[in-house]
Amino acid sequence: MGRPVAIIGVGQTKHGRRMDVSYPDLVREAVLRVFEDTGLTPDDIDGVVSGTMPSMMEGVALTHFYFADAMQAVGKPILKTETCGSTGVSIAHTAFYWVASGMADIVLAVGHEKMNEGDSQATMTTVCEPFYQRHFVAGAPGAFSMQSRVWMDNFGIPEDKVRDAAAYISKTHHDSAFDNPYAHVKLRVTIDDVKNSKIITYPIRLLDVCPNSDGACAVIFASEEAVRKLGRKKVAWVKGIGFRGEEYYFGDSDKAVWQSAIQAAKEAYDQAGINDPRKDLDVAEVYNPFTFQEMMFYECFGFCGFGEAPDLVLKGIFARDGQLPCDPSGGTLCSNPIGATGLIRVAEAALQVMDKAGDHQIPGARTALGHAMGGADQFNGIMIVGSEM
Amino acid sequence: MAKEFRTLLTEIKLPYELAYGATWTKFFEGMKEKKIYGTKCSRCGRILVPARTFCPRCFVDTDEWVEVSPQGTVLTWSYANYRYFGMPMDPPFISALIKLDGSDVGFLHIVAGFDLDDFEVVRQTVKTGMRVKAVWEDERKGHIMDIRHFEPL
Ligand SMILES: [Zn+2]
Repeated sequence: MGRPVAIIGVGQTKHGRRMDVSYPDLVREAVLRVFEDTGLTPDDIDGVVSGTMPSMMEGVALTHFYFADAMQAVGKPILKTETCGSTGVSIAHTAFYWVASGMADIVLAVGHEKMNEGDSQATMTTVCEPFYQRHFVAGAPGAFSMQSRVWMDNFGIPEDKVRDAAAYISKTHHDSAFDNPYAHVKLRVTIDDVKNSKIITYPIRLLDVCPNSDGACAVIFASEEAVRKLGRKKVAWVKGIGFRGEEYYFGDSDKAVWQSAIQAAKEAYDQAGINDPRKDLDVAEVYNPFTFQEMMFYECFGFCGFGEAPDLVLKGIFARDGQLPCDPSGGTLCSNPIGATGLIRVAEAALQVMDKAGDHQIPGARTALGHAMGGADQFNGIMIVGSEM
Repeated sequence: MAKEFRTLLTEIKLPYELAYGATWTKFFEGMKEKKIYGTKCSRCGRILVPARTFCPRCFVDTDEWVEVSPQGTVLTWSYANYRYFGMPMDPPFISALIKLDGSDVGFLHIVAGFDLDDFEVVRQTVKTGMRVKAVWEDERKGHIMDIRHFEPL
């Protein structure tokens, strides 16, 4: 894994419909907060990496140029990393590689999106190839709904049970968002509200789906030497990372047993020395733009066996006070500025092991997982952080 | 009360001319003749639909052409009931992965031919594992929508 690397601070914007700020000003809001959090200045930064989902979400290509000033990247090496929905975790991986390799000591990672400025699903559908699949995929909700049905059928899980568990996830995450000052959607919902909400792409309904959010997240990664020099005690050490891609065509592969999710987690677990993730992890920030899909991740990450997730969800195993709390921040379901979202998952995992998560802190969390998914079921990326090196 | 800030309404329009290449030219020409072509991988033996230039897994050329059946089995489906800018079809519609007889992968298209506005009808009609067949347009242009939709058998 190269040299030890730690996250030493994070900054997030208030996520939501942010038509009160221009896109560069939104990015700067997160960057200012990470400097405030770490006490560093732009002079301390050796390199900057940023990314969005597709640039065209806001109609500006190559946004790392647009935000060079807002990220104070002028005169520094700058990189852009873009892997669709998993962009944010890929940005974190890029920053990690940069420091772990010894080529930099302190790297600023910034993820950002302003989804309310364009048409998010129209933009995302351009991820699909233009001759054939783009006509039918019905945006991200369509692809993920079809995948969820394959999973239910494959493991013979009754649709009613999955529906109940998905509604439970929606209700509890919406409740958790009230404890996260940066969350977008703050709405009290009941199980019945979720089950009766408008069909978006059946079986997925409105309250099973993430919002279109504007937001940015900035995270500073530092080498062991830099951590020591700065005299930092509360940091989040990167314990393991994993990333896998899959075949392009939706329909070519079995996505109920989702290999990119399984293999990305396995790679990260092997590095972090995690054998039993449900016991060894204290908290997980699972990328959950759709409630149904969240349960597939639980299974692919080994939190439980295949086909078991809905039962365990309904038993509260993954609730805030359960054995392995998942998405205590309210997760992607309540805030999804896509290019920032994966980095927010990593930032939230880091906050948990630094004991800085505030009202949604899981007491005593020492090991945490951050995750993001991208493409039409194509990419999965993981970063595991811990309080001890 | 929140202060209102100005916004700029703008749009970007760009023309594109996308090359099909030899394999997809032959596949889409086949659609005009009501034929659905796949190609077979000489290494893993899978028949891929639509036809591919190479097998994504084996990385070998797939130059054995096979005509597959216009009938197949629904592997999964979803009822799309929302709209985005430039959506190619008006909702509601049913996206589905269909395993065409004689092929080894899911073919993405739509299932229709009954009252899509009544969700109860949809829920009673559409099941994973149901058999469907292609319904062709009378005037075909060598386009994926030459198949109007798949309907229950
Ligand atoms: Zn092959």
